[in-house]
Amino acid sequence: MSLAALAGQEGAGAGFHPVLPWLILALPLLGAAVNGLGAFLWRDDKRIPTIVGPAALLGSFAVVLVNFIGMSGAELHGAEVVRLWSWIVSGDLSIGVDLQFDQLSMLMCMIVTGVGSLIHIYSVGYMRDDPGYSRYFSYLNLFVFFMLVLVLGASFPLMFVGWEGVGLCSYLLIGFWYENREYANAGKKAFIMNRIGDAGFLVAMFLVFMAFGTLDFVPVLAAAEGTLAYGGALVTGITLLLFLGCTGKSAQIPLHTWLPDAMAGPTPVSALIHAATMVTAGVYLIARTSVLFALSPVSQGVVAAVGAGTALFAASIAIRQYDIKKVLAYSTISQLGYMFLAVGVGAFTAGVFHLMTHAFFKALLFLGAGAVIHAVHHAWAHGDDHGDGHGDVHHGDPNDMRNHGGLRKFMPRTFVFMWVATLAIAGVPPLAGFFSKDEIIWYSGAYGYPILWGVALATALLTAVYMARLMVMTFHGGNRTFGHRGAAEAGRRLHEVPAVMWAPLAVLAVLSVVGGWANIPEALPLLPTVEWLHHWLEPVFAPAIAVKEAHGFSPEYRSPVGGGEALWAGISAAIAIAAVVGTVRALSPKPVPTEAEAVAPTGFARVLHDKWYVDELYDRAIVRPSLALWRACWRIVDAGIIDGAVNGAGRAARLLGWAGGQLQTGRVTTYLVAFMLGALLVLGVLS
Amino acid sequence: MSEAGMAGALGLNGLIALFVSAILFSIGVIGVLLRRNAIIVFMCVELMLNAANLSLVAFSRMHGIEGQIFVFFVMAVAAAEAAVGLAIIIAIFRHYEVVDLDRFRLLKW
Amino acid sequence: MMALYDGHWILTALVLLPLVGGAACLVVPEARAKTVALATTLVLFALSLPLFWTFDTAEPGFQNLVSIPWIEAWGISYAVGLDGISILMILLTTFTMPLAVAGSFSYIRRRERAFYAMLLFLTTGMIGVFVALDLFLFYVFWEIMLIPMYFLIGVWGGERRIYSAVKFFLYTAVGSLLMLVAIVTLAWIFQDGSGAWSFAYEDLVSLELARRAQLWLFAGFALAFAIKVPLFPFHTWLPDAHVEAPTAGSVILAGVLLKMGVYGFLRFGLPFFPAAATDPVVVNAMLVLGLIGILYAAWVAAVQPDAKKLIAYTSVAHLGFVVLGVFGLTTQGIEGGILQMVNHGISTGALFLLIGMLYERRHSRAIADFGGIAKVMPVFAFALVVVALSSVGLPGTNGFVGEFLILVGTFRTHPWIAAIATTGVIFAACYMLPMVQRVLFNRLDREENRALTDVNRRERLILAPLLALILLIGVWPGPFLNRTRASVEALIEHVETRSASVPAAEPVSVEPVSVEPVSSDAVSVDAVSIEAASVEAGGGE
Repeated sequence: MSLAALAGQEGAGAGFHPVLPWLILALPLLGAAVNGLGAFLWRDDKRIPTIVGPAALLGSFAVVLVNFIGMSGAELHGAEVVRLWSWIVSGDLSIGVDLQFDQLSMLMCMIVTGVGSLIHIYSVGYMRDDPGYSRYFSYLNLFVFFMLVLVLGASFPLMFVGWEGVGLCSYLLIGFWYENREYANAGKKAFIMNRIGDAGFLVAMFLVFMAFGTLDFVPVLAAAEGTLAYGGALVTGITLLLFLGCTGKSAQIPLHTWLPDAMAGPTPVSALIHAATMVTAGVYLIARTSVLFALSPVSQGVVAAVGAGTALFAASIAIRQYDIKKVLAYSTISQLGYMFLAVGVGAFTAGVFHLMTHAFFKALLFLGAGAVIHAVHHAWAHGDDHGDGHGDVHHGDPNDMRNHGGLRKFMPRTFVFMWVATLAIAGVPPLAGFFSKDEIIWYSGAYGYPILWGVALATALLTAVYMARLMVMTFHGGNRTFGHRGAAEAGRRLHEVPAVMWAPLAVLAVLSVVGGWANIPEALPLLPTVEWLHHWLEPVFAPAIAVKEAHGFSPEYRSPVGGGEALWAGISAAIAIAAVVGTVRALSPKPVPTEAEAVAPTGFARVLHDKWYVDELYDRAIVRPSLALWRACWRIVDAGIIDGAVNGAGRAARLLGWAGGQLQTGRVTTYLVAFMLGALLVLGVLS
Repeated sequence: MSEAGMAGALGLNGLIALFVSAILFSIGVIGVLLRRNAIIVFMCVELMLNAANLSLVAFSRMHGIEGQIFVFFVMAVAAAEAAVGLAIIIAIFRHYEVVDLDRFRLLKW
Repeated sequence: MMALYDGHWILTALVLLPLVGGAACLVVPEARAKTVALATTLVLFALSLPLFWTFDTAEPGFQNLVSIPWIEAWGISYAVGLDGISILMILLTTFTMPLAVAGSFSYIRRRERAFYAMLLFLTTGMIGVFVALDLFLFYVFWEIMLIPMYFLIGVWGGERRIYSAVKFFLYTAVGSLLMLVAIVTLAWIFQDGSGAWSFAYEDLVSLELARRAQLWLFAGFALAFAIKVPLFPFHTWLPDAHVEAPTAGSVILAGVLLKMGVYGFLRFGLPFFPAAATDPVVVNAMLVLGLIGILYAAWVAAVQPDAKKLIAYTSVAHLGFVVLGVFGLTTQGIEGGILQMVNHGISTGALFLLIGMLYERRHSRAIADFGGIAKVMPVFAFALVVVALSSVGLPGTNGFVGEFLILVGTFRTHPWIAAIATTGVIFAACYMLPMVQRVLFNRLDREENRALTDVNRRERLILAPLLALILLIGVWPGPFLNRTRASVEALIEHVETRSASVPAAEPVSVEPVSVEPVSSDAVSVDAVSIEAASVEAGGGE
């Protein structure tokens, strides 16, 4: 088979032709297959997955990189679509396995394979002692495969393949340690909540097909403005249903509750799937279909409001959590909220920009947390008697920050990297998060959403607070890992993680610093890369921006209370720095509360600690009534009414037979009388 | 065929024979329905058969010899039936020492 | 070779071979019966497989047609043929049978000769139903299926087998008898018009029936098919039959028998009675029943403690989707429906086989008796997860392609119903994942489960083709959809043109006694509703 045939050398691209496009997908899939086979055939041999797992990703990354460079050297307007084979063809519906290469999908591919590679390498160290090592890499490779399908899919259905495929891998990886019922439950919960959103995605696809007669992105987006009325019910319906899908996949209100539970999975999984890539799929979907969203101001408003609301809501919960991964999970939900705020107000580039920087620093945070957990876990596991004698109620959970403290002494590298990520997410210049988050805040004001702008600012403050709190509780102060036995024990057992784990952290730390420089705002021309990302993505978002501008939605370049971008960038940076410094100072004397406070926080703190009781609400209002209804369907409708009728019919037939049987006396004379009467009757009728 | 025509074809004797046949048949029917003794019921059945024979013979005047031939068949069958029927009755009597039909519900399983 | 194969003997051979094999099973020694049965079904499959390639995808009509007079006085003939609607069904049957036979090797321990003979006789009936092109012949095969299945459940079944077998038999028989009445009426109407009796498909399908006549006759057929599908509320025979039937019985029941109902609608219900089948009331009733089936069965399935019963209810939900697709009356819907029948046969058949494997090891079907099985049976776990995902319609597996096409198609004509039906994908996850979790995952906390052995080589050989097909149809459904296309498009065109040209008044040739004549105001209603239907088909609801 020739390469040209595979690449399908035609399309709108001028000068850009994807190089080995199928290989990007084939390598992770092959890796998944080999490792999956390994899980059965050479379960105890860790060499093959150690090589195959990361190599599949690195290979894929290399191909993506080649294409990325090729694309940046070419003038590509519109998308280059490569058909691998034709998938579903029925009547006038035709869906191919088509890969779409444009600036947005390439950027996402870079993030997915790049960050993915680092996390694969890290996993080699993190999962070293796990009996399911090969199975783990199989799932992880498979996840990357589906994520790339999601990103590269050139039609709604193909994207949906990736969309549900990553959900599957998420399910498998959350429940990776399936023997723990809680973990398995968490996986199931994630899958089902995602499916709620997926149902919305499906209906949206049906509407798109009705309206456009095709499901491919390129023709749909090109025809959108001519086909759909601006602000019409149809486009609003389509976009809101798509957004329902996004709330499931990206854990936004009201479908956010699965993500904190998803922390049951191995920590690199949390970094890859539940921070850097999969959960951002919703943002990607909106960016991909930006024209549709631009056509519906109602949907835009809903997306922005839900995003901002989720950002604040999740940040408020993060402040009162003790599980290091839960803090990061809520932080992720909150940051995803920012991204939705951005794409909601129409600042698509800002949303994607934050998606990228978030992938760097949140992956770093998770991997750092993983390093901490790994270290604590090993410190405990390699001791023989850690299980008694130090009366600490929280002991036993390596995720619990009340069991950390003072780790900077033992894990200096992790400590530094984590602080880099913390400052990045908090929005301290000149780190990545400062630029991306500031752009979102700025545009939400500039596009005329003053309330959301305020919410975003408040969330920025909370972000700095909870992250600083996390750092203080984990790395500062005295060590609490070994309770009252203190420093000696800790010094002997707590160690920095091996190089295979901290090296990816270092790379991510660099990216967390420089990542933001990809899109320096014009107001702060500190580097030559002013608006680089904006220009890169311009071909993708230009139609959507044009639609918005045609209907009077253009940024005003001033905040709701006045002041320009540079001024407000300075103000938000000041807020961030002040919040970090203030929190560190306030918490350092007493990083964790006394036991009594910790066990039973009171008042509003308790509401936050208990996550606003959303899970409880869903359980009482939805899960239990549903189960009761379903049982009633079974016991009452099925077994009672329907089968009752069926068995009743049987009984009725038997009764009829019995009644007929009574006519049969067995006496000859009775029969003779009947016979005679019958004969007379017949004669009477015939004559 | 009109009644008059029928009477003409049968003749007066024929009509008398038909009336006798009808009376015999009715006696037979009533006997079968009302009597309890199996032997008498059985004889009534024979009576009905012979009543039918009589009318067949009577009609043969009109339609030719077939009616009379038919009578022979009926008689032969009746003889066979009498043999079997009496044998059954005797078997029942030997077993129960009674032939009152109301006492038997053997036709109901 | 291909020319030889194109000959007309092939379908007849498919019908007769299992009959011969079944007879052979009865006479060979007890221990040999399974070998004979497996050999027969494998030969059958091998014989049928080339049909897939020799099938002419451009031909909407029947292929491999054979028609031999049988009872000439009544116009009954032995007529068999093949088209895009039946080819996949036939192949599904011949594909399922070897698996069902092989899946019984260690499950059936008594009266083996009779068991395998019954399976093979059943095969004759099933293939016969799919190939018959004479309504009398069709009815004969339809009833032939009933008897072996009755014995399979009643003799080799579980504890409540007698109840279930009788329930199965009576439920199905009630429907078939009404269908018989309808068939005879049709033939009678034909005789009334043309002067000669005929039960031939081509003759009867060309009848131009009045609207009222169509509705009554359709009702007769529809009840039989609805029970077989099974459509809510005629479904309660299915859970009982599935639970009590031996594994092979369940596999065949799910894999093939349930397809008969929808096949009947496609083969007879729609083309014979186009006006009835496009009547808005009928269509909406069928769609709503399908929709109820999807949701209701999923709900009931979610709270079942018995794994087999759970899967039985999922069948009702899946077939609800199929009915939705068929009565949505779009190319996508019907093609998707046909494909989904194949998918359901594969994935649900596989689920029953898997549960059967567990049952053989543990003698329990209660979900609560398991847990953590993945630890001791990893290959089994892998298979169960893949099959379960196919059952919930995960993209990349076959289930998605079928469901997607059905919903896309139905959405064009009945958006609200399709939109509500889409929530079925949520409930599918709600019944399947907890079952998978409670069987495979969680702690391996029961001593008796620790000793379970993973699937053996025979079982792997059974599962492998099923898993392969699940993925193949999922990523490359083209060849399968291809083969249905011409016939489905011809069917839709037939239904649309014929329902538009329903005789306004009673033509002399079709003056059925059993049917009231159409009153003039009914005619005017017809005209309006047809117009409404065509508007609906064009521009959405």
